[in-house]
Amino acid sequence: MSEPNEHSQARPITLRVNGTEHRGQVEPRKLLVDFLREDLGLTGSHVGCEHGICGACTILINGESARSCLMLAVQADGAELMTVEGLAPQSGGPPALPGKTGQLHPLQTAFWEHHGLQCGFCTPGMLMTAYDLLQTNAAPSEAEIRAGLSAVLCRCTGYQGIVEAVQAAAETLRARRGGQL
Amino acid sequence: MEEFTPKFVGARVKRREDQRLLTGQGAYVDDHHPPGLLHAAFLRSPYAHAWITQLDTSTAQTHEGVVAVLTSKDLVPLVKPVRAASKMREYKETSFPPLAVDKVRYVGEALAVVIAENRYLAEDALEGIRVEYDPLPTVANAQDAAQPDAPVLHDEAGSNVLLSREFARGDVDAALAGAAVRVCDRFRFRRHATVCMENRGCLADYHAGTGELTLRSATQCPGLLRDALADLLDMPEHCIRVVAADVGGGFGAKSSLYPEEIVLCAVARLLKRPVKWISDRQEDLKTSTQAWDEIVDAELGLQADGTIIGLRADVTTDIGAYSIYPWTATVEPIQTISFLSGPYRMPHYRGRNRGVATCKAPMGPYRGVGRPITTFVLESLIDRAARRLALDPTELRLKNYIRADEFPYKTPSGLVWDQASLTECMQKTRDVLDPGATAPWRTQARAAGRWVGIGFATYIELTGVGSAIPVSPGMPIATGTEAAFLRVDPAGTVTATFSVAPQGQGHETALAQVVADALGVSFDSVRVICGDTALAPQGTGTYASRSAVLAGGAAIRAGQTLKEKALKIAGHMMESNPADLDIRDDQVFLRDKPERRLPFRDVAKTAYAGLRRLPKDMEPGLEVTRFYDPFFGTASSATHVAVVEVDTETYAVTIKRYIVVEDCGRIINPLIVDGQVRGGVAQGIGAALYEEVVYNDEGQLLTGSLVDYLVPTASELLPIEVHHIETPSPTTLGGFRGMGEGGTIGAPAAIANAVSDALSHLGIEINEIPITPEKLFRLVRAAQADER
Repeated sequence: MSEPNEHSQARPITLRVNGTEHRGQVEPRKLLVDFLREDLGLTGSHVGCEHGICGACTILINGESARSCLMLAVQADGAELMTVEGLAPQSGGPPALPGKTGQLHPLQTAFWEHHGLQCGFCTPGMLMTAYDLLQTNAAPSEAEIRAGLSAVLCRCTGYQGIVEAVQAAAETLRARRGGQL
Repeated sequence: MEEFTPKFVGARVKRREDQRLLTGQGAYVDDHHPPGLLHAAFLRSPYAHAWITQLDTSTAQTHEGVVAVLTSKDLVPLVKPVRAASKMREYKETSFPPLAVDKVRYVGEALAVVIAENRYLAEDALEGIRVEYDPLPTVANAQDAAQPDAPVLHDEAGSNVLLSREFARGDVDAALAGAAVRVCDRFRFRRHATVCMENRGCLADYHAGTGELTLRSATQCPGLLRDALADLLDMPEHCIRVVAADVGGGFGAKSSLYPEEIVLCAVARLLKRPVKWISDRQEDLKTSTQAWDEIVDAELGLQADGTIIGLRADVTTDIGAYSIYPWTATVEPIQTISFLSGPYRMPHYRGRNRGVATCKAPMGPYRGVGRPITTFVLESLIDRAARRLALDPTELRLKNYIRADEFPYKTPSGLVWDQASLTECMQKTRDVLDPGATAPWRTQARAAGRWVGIGFATYIELTGVGSAIPVSPGMPIATGTEAAFLRVDPAGTVTATFSVAPQGQGHETALAQVVADALGVSFDSVRVICGDTALAPQGTGTYASRSAVLAGGAAIRAGQTLKEKALKIAGHMMESNPADLDIRDDQVFLRDKPERRLPFRDVAKTAYAGLRRLPKDMEPGLEVTRFYDPFFGTASSATHVAVVEVDTETYAVTIKRYIVVEDCGRIINPLIVDGQVRGGVAQGIGAALYEEVVYNDEGQLLTGSLVDYLVPTASELLPIEVHHIETPSPTTLGGFRGMGEGGTIGAPAAIANAVSDALSHLGIEINEIPITPEKLFRLVRAAQADER
């Protein structure tokens, strides 16, 4: 898909995703989320609506949350991206056994403990949105969490476990590292 | 071995699905990219009802990257049209072709498919298809469509009324004629959509060497799909594999067979290359099944002391353009008149229903199927009666609930409630609500000019339905059984495989808890695999609040069978009587002398070691498949309370407090149960206040995006207070009752009653869902005009 051919208008782009530099050839019309999923194999960011409402595709672009379905890959040339795959600290050990947790970010741990997900489809976008929320507000109130997360739709949980998880993660992060993510 | 001693069942075990889902390693359909993958895009009708007079794909075929363009002409030799059959009387069977033949019947119906090297190119080529339509009159709503002179959608049916059915008991007309109090209204529940966060999608791959067709689909029912595809594609069933790995929500809309699934299978077989189709959100809102579009004229009669004597209702269900497989156009109409008598003693009853075809996306199951409507109707009538009789609405309910000594109770429609704790649920609800504090709050708030109200709703529903009165009455599918396939490997770990297929309900965790307890091994020793027909025993899938009861029951049976065999082997090894042994925490031990023990894995290893090491005449191996049919199924019930405030300026409804007291029998995992209840209530709140699928008179969908179809965000919702009365079902293995749908069933009714209570000073009684600010504004204006 991203291979240039004689008719292709593919452009070269270079970007960093989860700390690793990637170079690619993309058609100008290719969505950033499609580039991440198809060209880089990072299928954690999900496509739920392609019109910027559901938020499942939310990632961090230069440190701020953004919809990767509303942006072209070429617009991300030179950017620093973080996706759900980059949230957990990378461990050098063997992969976790099925059902066992490997190393998780405190947000992921809190979502696990507070049943902040059911089908899991919105979860990557929810996590990245919560990450952005906590980096701008280390001690959000319940109302602030609800407002902050209203950018991502969840159809399974009624948001209760998610809100509790973000509250718990905020506490953990404040206790552990003075709120630094 | 009938005894079931829970250790993990009942515990708040954190879900083992979550590790992969939290780290972006889920395996949804769209995450699969096999080599050589092609992509499909469908051409969809912009007309609600029209003849297709020309369909020319020749230009599209020449577009860059296009491999094939197919229409119904190409498909006819490859697949049969879908016919959702039922032997039910007064049901008219019709065809649902995977690509439209000659005529389109709703906006969004597929006429052609482009297969190309990527999705961008496939969508480009759609513009190269030349199509001309000759528009026909739109069949826009069910009431007009049922008229004798209405244009007919399906000529083979001769009418748009595809179903008429009646359930009756006693003489309701005479009973109501003699009633001291009668309350009636026309209730309107508007059309709703499930809006799974993952749109529908599928990926078909045909392997010419083995002849195996694999369909990965975002479906709730891999087993049902496999059985249907074998017939439609005329392939041996054992050559078809349907896989539903991670699925992003279902709620009923992913329980039916869809045209795209059939088309992709046919195309993959034709081209011998993998083909993927992922719906975009607009396609999903246009083509996934919709639900709950009903008009109910209902009348309830009571004696002067508040005793209910009878209910009669006429229901019209808008079933959309096609009868969906396998559930047919009967699924919602039948359930509505089946459940309308509710949790009350109902000596006289008559429920009539018509299912009417219109130019809309097909109606299918959505969480609660009919019960959100029946609960809204009946509970609204109960509150109206309480107002007329000047009785406390909770007392009126308590007076009429089916009493504990009346179970098993046969309903007017013939369903059997095995047992329920209706009175206890209501009493606990009142305790939690604390009327001593709530009633004065309401009085004070009203004195201050605020519009606040409290609304109750009780429902009872049939879950874990077996073969006696199946979920699929008259349909050529078996929905009353499920199976568990358990294999203990020589290392002593257990693989438990099921046909049920979750979309977020946590089966991998909950069923592992059940298997671990049934077998006596640790939770960590059990791995659960769901949703792959090549691995699973025969079964259908996850729908109708059935997985905990049916798969859970089968898991208990299979676990106990293996435990029995393991104890025989252990007895042989330990030179003890197997009856004196038990298994716990992966150890086999002598009950009277627990220090005499053997690791379970040694027993497992011996099971495969051959005859020399086994008891005489014992067959080697430690694996089994067991089936379970709960026959009648089991009742689940709950009482919901909503406390609301209507803004006197914006007319927006805010929910101040929401309480659920429910009884789903023995709870397998409280974490998961509470999550299901809260999620269900959230969908019920969305249904009650925000969501509505709107078609205009030309059959155009006006709510084709998430800007127009309003799913609640975190800001609209509140913490839901969930409490349990845990009465193990007397009729199911393990005592489990189904509970996946209940939250959605109770919420619209409780909220509507609360809003009616808040506006009772104006004489306003809510009879339409959703309750939008615009509707409330009109109601209040009209009421104020009447007062003047």
